[in-house]
Amino acid sequence: MITRALKTVGSKMLALAQSAGKAAMLVRSSVVWLARSPLEGRQTMLQMVRIGVESFMVTAMTSFFTGMVLALQTGASSKRLLNEPLFIGTVVAFSMVKELGPVMSALVVSGRAGAAIAAELGTMCVTEQIDALYTLGTDPVRYLVIPRVLAFLAVLPVLAIFSDYSGVLGGCLVAKLKLGIPTSVYWHDVFDYLENKQFFHGLIKTYAFALCISYISCYKGLTTTGGAEGVGKSTTSAVVMSMTAVLVVDYFVTAILVAIGIT
Amino acid sequence: MIRAAGVMKSFGARRVLRGLDIGVNEGETLVIIGGSGCGKSTFLKCVIGLLRPDGGSIEVDGVDVSKVQDEVQIAEYRRKFGYCFQEGALFDSMTIFENVSFGLRYLTDIPVSRHRGIARDKLALVGLKDIEDMKPAQLSGGMKKRVALARAIAAEPRCILYDEPTTGLDPIMSDIISELILDLKKKLKVTAIAVTHDMKSAYKIGDRIAMLHEGRMIEVADPQALKSTKNPYVRQFIEGHREGPIRMKLREYGEE
Repeated sequence: MITRALKTVGSKMLALAQSAGKAAMLVRSSVVWLARSPLEGRQTMLQMVRIGVESFMVTAMTSFFTGMVLALQTGASSKRLLNEPLFIGTVVAFSMVKELGPVMSALVVSGRAGAAIAAELGTMCVTEQIDALYTLGTDPVRYLVIPRVLAFLAVLPVLAIFSDYSGVLGGCLVAKLKLGIPTSVYWHDVFDYLENKQFFHGLIKTYAFALCISYISCYKGLTTTGGAEGVGKSTTSAVVMSMTAVLVVDYFVTAILVAIGIT
Repeated sequence: MIRAAGVMKSFGARRVLRGLDIGVNEGETLVIIGGSGCGKSTFLKCVIGLLRPDGGSIEVDGVDVSKVQDEVQIAEYRRKFGYCFQEGALFDSMTIFENVSFGLRYLTDIPVSRHRGIARDKLALVGLKDIEDMKPAQLSGGMKKRVALARAIAAEPRCILYDEPTTGLDPIMSDIISELILDLKKKLKVTAIAVTHDMKSAYKIGDRIAMLHEGRMIEVADPQALKSTKNPYVRQFIEGHREGPIRMKLREYGEE
């Protein structure tokens, strides 16, 4: 009984270590190919459009409503504690720019683009299209992974900035219509306290998120086995792992940024 | 041109290749026959470096692919080959032109302006016309095989590896594909390895036929000699009998 349990735990740990090793090799391989071969410009642009343009509306909308909720909650709490809604713009702007904008856009992109990448690469894997890439003189890391990673790195910060704006605008709408705060006061609250440092705090995080989502989605896609069922499993796994990684990495990057004074 | 010696390959506990030895001469077409799952495709993938053998060596023009570690070097090594996949493996997000010309971008220095003309010529060579702007999903099984052939020969490789080129096709289309392979051999003078269990095709396209059984080559002969072989395993396979040593072994294998 104990032996069997140890065997199960051991084999799970071994599989985990193997996966981690393979994922690390994927990262290493992408660095090697990036250094040694010309960039797939067309593929990168195509991926930027797919990841960025197609995720824009969802990101903007979710952030807009998040900003609205934030303003409403802050207003209600502020009224209860201080008898009037104070610093709504400041709270919404700080929350959106430093935390929610980058995280919300990363989560939306994980669900949309991350899933699409894992499914596309997974299908290519089970239909031997990945092998075909090798035989036609290129490498899936060069042709598929690098363009996607670069597209994520280019697009996610932009999406996060739009997400910040949408959230702050949503907050402004609620502040004016529900809480009766004049627009000028709301914007003063936003800009009186917000500095470049806070903006960069959020922006730096998006690069870490972009690396996590792109590599996890590509890795899951490229290691797909088992036909249509395998593609489904890879896609689900890519989304779950990407979202979890975003939230976990968020804490550690925040801790580092706070430690070095970008806060 | 190709020399394989003692090639071994396992997937987990399953030993697929158990010391395979074979040589292919320049300009020759070697057909490898054998039952499903006997390791024919595995061997082809080892030759082109898609799989790394666990033991033994595969030398192509003196370069042992099993010893090439660097991924950029292995990409260079693969330039010698064209590979025709069992199911075609056409890129379904691309047009037929993009599929056929794909290798030209990475395997040759031919300017992009000439790619369309080359793709059209190669498609004509396999009997296809005016399909450059279609997507693979719009083609029949036979047409996909032909496009896969056109893609494999587009960069004019010195060696073509065919993985089950006639599987899944009707007898007439199978014969057409076999004729095409013969035609390509005459026109391009390439070395080729084809794996198949279609005996009609094997007799037609092969200069020599090798039978793979339990991870080893058990017979290598020219088509005429193979037809009169005394080897019971080969006899059973080429005549397609249900009873015989192969079936017994398969049953034992299943019980393991």
